[in-house]
Order: sequence, then C-alpha cells, then structure tokens
Amino acid sequence: MGQLLFFLVLIACGFFVGNLLEQRHYKAIKGRERQDFQRPCLASLKNPVGLNCSKAELVSGNVVIAVDYFKRLLFGFRNLFGGEIKSYASLVDRARREAIIRMKDSAPSADYFINVKVETSSISKGARGTITAVEMMAYGTAIWSNK
Amino acid sequence: MEESYFFKGELDLVLTNIETIPGKNIQKHFGLVMGSTIRAKHLGRDIMANIKNIFGGELKGYTELLHESRVQSTERMIEQAREMGANAVVNVRYTTSSVAQGASEILAYGTAVLTD
Repeated sequence: MGQLLFFLVLIACGFFVGNLLEQRHYKAIKGRERQDFQRPCLASLKNPVGLNCSKAELVSGNVVIAVDYFKRLLFGFRNLFGGEIKSYASLVDRARREAIIRMKDSAPSADYFINVKVETSSISKGARGTITAVEMMAYGTAIWSNK
Repeated sequence: MEESYFFKGELDLVLTNIETIPGKNIQKHFGLVMGSTIRAKHLGRDIMANIKNIFGGELKGYTELLHESRVQSTERMIEQAREMGANAVVNVRYTTSSVAQGASEILAYGTAVLTD
C-alpha cells in the first residue's frame, strides 16, 4: 500500500510539475526566439555578407534536459506496443531550441550564424536505474559584418 | 589576442567550423589536429539529477560538466595546432561517444592552417 502511494505521488509530481515546467520553458523559448529573430542561424557554409565580413569565430551553446517521471512511464508503455513516442518529442525539441538560443546569446554582437550544427547525445542511454536525459549542443560560426 | 566567445576569455587562434576564414587567405594546411577528454559524472551531481528526473527540467550540473569538457578538448586541440605552427583551425567538429556506463568521451577535431 505504501509503495503504491509513493508510486502515485511520483506520477502526480511528474505529471503536474513536469507539465508546468515544460509550459514555462516553452513560453520562455518562444519569447527569446521572437526577441532575437533578426540574427538568423543558417545551415549553409556560405557567408551571406561575402567579403563584407570583419570577423568570424566559433560559438557554441549546450543544455541537458531530464525527462519527468510521468513521461518515462508513458515511454515504458510505448515500449510494449511500439509507435511514436510523443512524450519525448517535446523534450528533444525544447532542448534543441534552447541550445540554439544559448549559442546566439553567447555572441550578442554577431550578425549571422552560419553552418550551425546540432549534436545530440544521451546521458547514460536510459539504462535501468540511471537518469534519462538528453544533451543538445549547437555550434556554428558567428559572422560579424562591416557596417 | 582577441576575446573569444567560446572560451569567454582571450584566444590568439581563430576557430571556425567552415572551410575558410572569411576575409583571410589560407596559405598552408598542416592537417588534422584533435583533442579529446573522457569524463565521468560525480556522485553529488548524480543525486541532484535523480531528483530532477522526477520533475523534469534542466540539469545545470551536467550542462556545465559537458561544457567544461568541450572547452578542455578544444584546448588540447589548440595545443596541438600551436605545436605545428598554425594560427587557425578550420572545420572544427565535435563528437560525443560513451566509452563506459556513466563516462563519455568528447572529441574535438579540425584542420590546422596558417593564414596571413
């Protein structure tokens, strides 16, 4: 009985607190993306300002985000039947967007970011008894144009 | 010496992850340079991470740990480039692989070049 209660508390914590934290994070991400939309991140190798460039430098941003207990439970069920794991999609998505925002924030005076790559790695591969978290690292070349 | 946004400090070498350095000509290619580090997480961070795993959210300790190790592997790569006499490293890339349970290797590699 005690064990069941503990389990239910964990699920409730994961569901309510986890959802709240996620919504808050998404709101923050959207706000910061809107603030900084004039400095584009490009996937291309080419420098958009051509020879009119004064400086170029490597910049990076990274974030590690853990999944909550409720989502891990959903994942456990999904693992039985197969199919898309929607509960993990939002985790990966917000980690990636956060990493890109942090990369942009690390060079506040740059005008463009080119050849942006996002690298994913999982912490401890979701093995039993370990934490489930995903790491995203965004890196690229910041370009300063001559004004 | 210019301020580096990657290291948050001074750096006399130019790093980019494109094939050239805009505004400069590459005069000589020295070849591949690399630096790596293998890191394990420590227990204190792990306990916090386990609590965070119930509620979800960012694991700040891990974020810092991974950034520190990337900085270290980049420093090792730069050291190798300096020994060759290069003043820039182009096409820098990062990869992560897990060597053992709870330990991961972070590798930085690129091409050391001489620019004018």
